[in-house]
Amino acid sequence: MASGLLILPQEQIERLLANYGRAVARRRRQFYLVVAVLALLAAVAGRYGEVDPPYLLQHISNFTSYFGRILPTLTFTHFAADVADWYWNLSGWLKLLVDTVLIAYLGTLIGTLGAFATAFLTAQNTAPNGSLRFAVKRFHEFCRTVPDIVFALLFVAAFGLGPLPGVLAIGIHSLGALGKLFTEVVENIDMKPVEGVRSTGGNFVETVRFAVLPQVLASFASYALLRFEINVRSGTVIGIVGAGGIGQDLFVAIRKFYYTDVSAILLMIIVTVALFDLISERIRHHLARLESAR
Amino acid sequence: MISSRTFLPTSPAVLARHPAVAAAARRQQTWAAAWLIATLAFTAFSLWWLDIAFGELGSGLAQLGKLVAQMFPPSTGSHLPLLLHAMGETLAIAFLGTLTAAIVAFPVSFLAARNATPGILIHFLVRRCFDTIRGIDVLIWALVFVGVVGLGPFAGILAIAVSDAGTFGKLFSETIETADRKPIEGVLSAGGSNLLAIRFALIPQILPVLLSQVLYYFESNVRSATIIGIVGAGGIGLQLSEQIRTYDFDQVAFVIIMILITVAAIDWMCGKLRFYVIGRTTAPQT
Repeated sequence: MASGLLILPQEQIERLLANYGRAVARRRRQFYLVVAVLALLAAVAGRYGEVDPPYLLQHISNFTSYFGRILPTLTFTHFAADVADWYWNLSGWLKLLVDTVLIAYLGTLIGTLGAFATAFLTAQNTAPNGSLRFAVKRFHEFCRTVPDIVFALLFVAAFGLGPLPGVLAIGIHSLGALGKLFTEVVENIDMKPVEGVRSTGGNFVETVRFAVLPQVLASFASYALLRFEINVRSGTVIGIVGAGGIGQDLFVAIRKFYYTDVSAILLMIIVTVALFDLISERIRHHLARLESAR
Repeated sequence: MISSRTFLPTSPAVLARHPAVAAAARRQQTWAAAWLIATLAFTAFSLWWLDIAFGELGSGLAQLGKLVAQMFPPSTGSHLPLLLHAMGETLAIAFLGTLTAAIVAFPVSFLAARNATPGILIHFLVRRCFDTIRGIDVLIWALVFVGVVGLGPFAGILAIAVSDAGTFGKLFSETIETADRKPIEGVLSAGGSNLLAIRFALIPQILPVLLSQVLYYFESNVRSATIIGIVGAGGIGLQLSEQIRTYDFDQVAFVIIMILITVAAIDWMCGKLRFYVIGRTTAPQT
């Protein structure tokens, strides 16, 4: 390769520089425009949102002192006793945490089964009927747009306090979210096996069982696990509206200013959520390897 | 691989002719049965532990049917201006919360990215900090901030800002880590400092991706902002929970429809913007 510095004629350089300057100036103008629009929107939103930075600055000590107060007093000399004092209700909270995880599990199960049963009706390439597809798609949309805590509020009004409304709320919301994801998975499959089964006279169920299912099962499991992670998080808060799990105790602790209880419960929640994230991530990576090996 | 996932032919002659296939299929069926039994057993255990009786389900569903019947026709309960204002508040909370979170997370995420961090210990600490923030649901943050700044939308903004700063920190730093090394080396070899390399080689690469992530979370935060009112942190959720508590289900239906329409409109708008920014519409992997 010949090396040598190519020197352009002066006028060409000037033309190129001018073009470059114009391009940079245009980008700058665009950037300032975006910043101006954002600032305007922020000002409008600030009025609506009753933003009060001076108030925040004045009361910022509240925030720091709040975190100071929720921390337990642990001394080196009586460490074990202090921890025992901090976690005075450990067995009660552990039971509630198990409740939370099981609510998330049952909700994920309902959502997965529901999405599994309906995804083949909404995927473009397997849907047996156009209007049915449209209706089920709107149903999925409804289920995932209404937040699970709103479903929980409604179900608590209908079923009374307890874990049942929580399970149903998480289940229905998961159905909507997983329904969409499962549909996309089914839409991305290889259609040759489907044609094969259809050409030998297979009906809808047989086509799904022998041509679609083997291709999508690993992705379905992976998405269901991801949903389980999300649902463990949701499970920690639905208790706030009375739908079971640890949220109820946390809510009471925050509202009644049982400061050290707040940190005790929060720490347990963080550890639980992180633990299940880790486990599910491991399994999902394993599933992804299976998928790519296939 | 296909053979092991197909069904087991019932004809013994066929099975005898392909022993390897038959064994693989049989093993697979055993595994499937084991999984099924384990799932059923665990489900039964969960139902027992949570003390869920199917009897409750029947009466509850009847009650739910009654509530749903009361929802029609939806009615504003002559509070339309109030509801519209609450919806505006919801959007304001989502917008300011997302914006603040993005502005805060942007510089910090460089500390958490392995290829831009000044030290591996800082990288580790900042990452764990993000993880801790993300481990707490936005509704709990809202509860905490109501305690700090009092009832109202400001608490909601702060809750979303803090909770999303953790999420953005993780997403942004992962994006930075996937950036191409070559432009950075180019700037460094031309005599640029680390800061210049970040400005002229790193940021141009990652900015469109970050913007698309921010837009995606704005959509998600509009949903979150509709519910944080339940704990008193502003927005439409306050109205919604009040109406459910007072059994005004026609108004509940109206508010839910309002939420659905708003969320759909915001999703559509963000989809357009994202397409403009990045040229594709897929959501980032969380």
